[in-house]
Amino acid sequence: MIVSNGALAPGYSVRRSTLASRIFGIVALVAVVVLVVLPTFAGASTKFKMVELLTLIAIAQMWNLLAGFAGVVSVGQQAFVGLGAYGMIVFVNNQGFNLYLSVVISAVAAMIVSIPMGLIAFQLRGSYFAIGTWVLAEVCSLVMINNTSVGGGSGASIKVTDYDLATRQDVTYWFAVVAGVGAIVLSYLVLRSRLGLRMQAIRDNEAGARGLGANVYRTRFAIWTIAAFWTALAGATFYLGQIRVQPTGSFSVVQWTAPIIFIVVIGGIGTIEGPVIGAVLYYLFREQFKNQVTWYTITLGVIAIVVALVLQKGVWGIIRARTGLDLFPVRRRLVVERREPA
Amino acid sequence: MTWVNAIVQGILLGGLYALFATGLSLGFGVMRLVNLAHGDLAILAAFIALSSATTLDINPLVTLAIVLPGAFVVGVVLQRLVFDRVVGVDPAFAIVATFGLSIVIQNALLEKYTADTRGLYVGELETSSIRVNDQISIGWLPLITFLCGVGVLAALALFLKRTKLGRAFRATSDDPEAARLMGIDNRRVYGVALGIAVATVALAGVLLGAQTSYDPFIGPSRLIYAFEAVIIGGLGSLWGTLAGGITLGVAQALGREYNSQWGELTGHAVFLAVLATRPTGMFGKVQA
Amino acid sequence: MSNQSERLLDIDGLDAGYGDFQALFGIELHVDQAETVSMIGANGAGKSTLLKAIAGMLEPTAGEIRYAGELLAGVPANRRVANGISLVPEGRRIFPSLSVEENLLVGAHIGRKGPWTKQRVMGAFPMLANLAGRSAARLSGGEQQTLAIGRALMANPQLLLLDEVSLGLAPVVVKQVYEAVPIIKGQGTTILIVEQDVNQALKVADRVYCLLEGRISLTGTPGSLAKEDVTEAYFGLASTTEAGA
Repeated sequence: MIVSNGALAPGYSVRRSTLASRIFGIVALVAVVVLVVLPTFAGASTKFKMVELLTLIAIAQMWNLLAGFAGVVSVGQQAFVGLGAYGMIVFVNNQGFNLYLSVVISAVAAMIVSIPMGLIAFQLRGSYFAIGTWVLAEVCSLVMINNTSVGGGSGASIKVTDYDLATRQDVTYWFAVVAGVGAIVLSYLVLRSRLGLRMQAIRDNEAGARGLGANVYRTRFAIWTIAAFWTALAGATFYLGQIRVQPTGSFSVVQWTAPIIFIVVIGGIGTIEGPVIGAVLYYLFREQFKNQVTWYTITLGVIAIVVALVLQKGVWGIIRARTGLDLFPVRRRLVVERREPA
Repeated sequence: MTWVNAIVQGILLGGLYALFATGLSLGFGVMRLVNLAHGDLAILAAFIALSSATTLDINPLVTLAIVLPGAFVVGVVLQRLVFDRVVGVDPAFAIVATFGLSIVIQNALLEKYTADTRGLYVGELETSSIRVNDQISIGWLPLITFLCGVGVLAALALFLKRTKLGRAFRATSDDPEAARLMGIDNRRVYGVALGIAVATVALAGVLLGAQTSYDPFIGPSRLIYAFEAVIIGGLGSLWGTLAGGITLGVAQALGREYNSQWGELTGHAVFLAVLATRPTGMFGKVQA
Repeated sequence: MSNQSERLLDIDGLDAGYGDFQALFGIELHVDQAETVSMIGANGAGKSTLLKAIAGMLEPTAGEIRYAGELLAGVPANRRVANGISLVPEGRRIFPSLSVEENLLVGAHIGRKGPWTKQRVMGAFPMLANLAGRSAARLSGGEQQTLAIGRALMANPQLLLLDEVSLGLAPVVVKQVYEAVPIIKGQGTTILIVEQDVNQALKVADRVYCLLEGRISLTGTPGSLAKEDVTEAYFGLASTTEAGA
C-alpha cells in the first residue's frame, strides 16, 4: 500500500472525517448559535443552570484530556477551580481590576501557579501522583483559609456592586459558553495536533512512544498547564455568577472533583463526546433527585465504580464500539477507494 | 519547655500516623496499588466500633475483637472485587474505583450517622497520663497508640522476614510472574496483603476515635497524612514509615505550637519540601 | 518411537503467539520419562514461547499439551508447579530483595516431596552454600543462573524446563552451569532444555529438536544427526536445488 516514496498507493487515502462527523459538525454549529443567543429569550434561572452545566463540561473535558488521553490521573483539579475563584477576589476586590477581565487574569494566574505545582507533583507517579495533587489542592485551600486579605475561613464576596446585574448575568453566561464549548473545541484541536498524537502514542504504549522520541514529561506537563488554565477559567466564571467565594466550597472535592470524575467515567473516558453526555446525564439526574443528595451521590459513585471495574468504556464508549460512530473526527482512517486488480 | 512537650506529643502522634501509613505502604509494596478509600475505611471502622460498643454495651476498645477480623475480611473481599479486576488494565481505573469507594463510604456514613461529630469513650484511659514534669505529660492513650504503631511495624517486619508467607510477599513484590513459577498464588498473596492493610488501618481508626472527635468526612485527610508519612519516610522501607510518621507528627505539633492555625500547613510544607528535594524520602529505596 | 504411556510430556499441533504475532505453528513434540531433550534454534525461533506455554505463562491458541497423560489447558501456572513442572525462566529472574538462601526457600513454597532439600541443593552446588547469606541482587550472571536452577529444583519437579541458561554467560561459566545437568538427570528428573548454544545442547541430550521460525525443522538423536543437517535446520539456509535466487 505504501509505495517507495512513502506516499500511499493510488486507491487508498487517509481521511479523518466521516459522514456522521460532517452532519454532526453542522448540528453542532447550530447548537452553538442557539447557545450564544440564548440570553435573548431565556430567563435568569435557565441561564444559571446553563452556567452550571457548561462549567461542569469545561472542567470534565479538561480532566478527560488529562486522564483519558495524557494518562495523568489527578484528584486535585479542585485546586484550580478554587484558584480561579480566589483570583477574582484578589484581582477585583484587592487590586481593583475590571470584573470581566479578571476572569481571564485569574485563569492566567492559576496557570502560572500550576507550574511549580506540576514540578512537585510529577515527582510522583500513578496513584501517588493522584494523592499528591489532592495534597496540593489542600495546601491551596489552607493558604486561603489562613489569609485574612481574602476573607480567611469564612471567605469573601466578589465586589460586583459597580456592575449592572443583568449585564453581569449575561456576561457570566457567555463566559460559561466560551468555557464549555471552548473546552470541547480545545480538546478536539489538541487531539488533532501533533501534541495530541504524541499523547495518544504515550497513552497506548509509553515505552514505544519514548523510543520514537516523544518527550513524555514535557507532553504531560503541557497538558497539565492547559488544563489548569481552562479549569480556572471555568471556576472563575462560575463564581462570577455565585459571587460568594468560600474555601470549603471552591476547593471542595465533593462539589467539584467527585462529580467530574463520575461524569467522565460514566460518559466515556478517552472520548470527547463522553464528558458532554456524562455531564448532561449527571445534571438531569441531580435535578431529579435534588433533595436526596447523599443517595444520588452514592448511586453515581456505585455506577462509576462498576463502570471503572467492569466496562471501562462508559456510555459513549459503548455506543462507539457498537456503531463505529465518531462525532468528533480525531481518528484517522485508512479508506480503500477501489479494489486492487487481482 | 512547651516546645519540648510539643515534640513529645508530635512523636506520639507520629505513632498513629505510622499506623495509618502501614497499610498504605504494604498495599503499594506488594501490589503497586493504592486504595484511595484507605482513610475512609479507618473512619468506617471507628463508626462500627461506636455502634457495636453502644449495642453490646462494652468498651469500644473491646470491639476490636470483632472489628479487626472483620476488617481483614473486608480487605480480602476488596482485593477480589476491585483490585483483582484492574490488574493489568490502565491504573486510572483503580484510582477512579477507589476514589468512588471513598465518596460512597463517606455518604453512606453520612446517611446512617448524620454529620455530627462523634467520639469513642474508652473510660479512664482517655484522661490518665504520666506526668514527666510541669510541662510534659504523656497521655496513656497516645502512648498505647504509639506502641501499637511500633508493634504492628515490628510484627510485620518479622512476618516478612521469617515466615513462608512473608517470603512469598517479598517474592511477589519483586517479580509477580516469577513468583507464580514458584507455585505462589498471587491472588491469595494480594488478598492477605490487603486484609492486613485494612486491619491495621481499622485499628488506627478506632484508636483515633478514642483520642479525638471524628465525623464521616475526615477519611481523606487521614489518607493524606498516611501518604505524607510514607513519602517522607521513603517507599519500600517499613521503618521509614515510622520515621515519616514521626517527622510529620512533630512538624504538625511544632507548627501548631507556633500558631494554632498552622499545624496542618507545616506538615504539608515538610512533605512538599521532601518531595521537591529528596523524592526517595528518608530511607526510601524506590522513587514513587 | 516411545509409546504414549512413557511420555511425560506430549505436545500436539501447538500454535502460540503474542497478540497478532504467531510464534509457533503446529508443534509436535514429546519427552519421555527420565529423558533429557534439547530444543535448539536461533534467536526468535520460538523456543522460549514453547516453554512458557508448557509452564502456563502463555495460553496457546491451538493444539494440546499433555502432561503425564492429562491436558494442561486451563491449569494456572502456579498449579502446574504443584503438578511437578518447574521452569527456570529466561533471564534467571531470581528475587533481588531476597538472599540466596531465601530464594531457595521460596522455591520450596509449593512443598512437593522429593530428593531436593536445601541441604541437597547446596551440596550439589557448593557455590550456593558459600553465598547463602548474600543478597541475590549482588550475584554474578553465572551465580544467578546456578541459583535459578537450584531454586527450581527445590520444588522437586518431575519435569524441569531450562530456558536459555547460557544466555549472557561466558563459555567457561556455561560449562560450569551445564555440569549441573548430569546431577539432575541422576535423580531421574525429566529435562527439557532450550538453547542457542548447539554444542552444549547436543552434549547433554538424549534427543534433539530444532526449531526454525516457529516450526520443527529437525529431530533425532545427537549421534545420528550430521553437522550440515543441523546447520541447515538451525539457520534455514535454502538448499542449492531450490529455484530462484
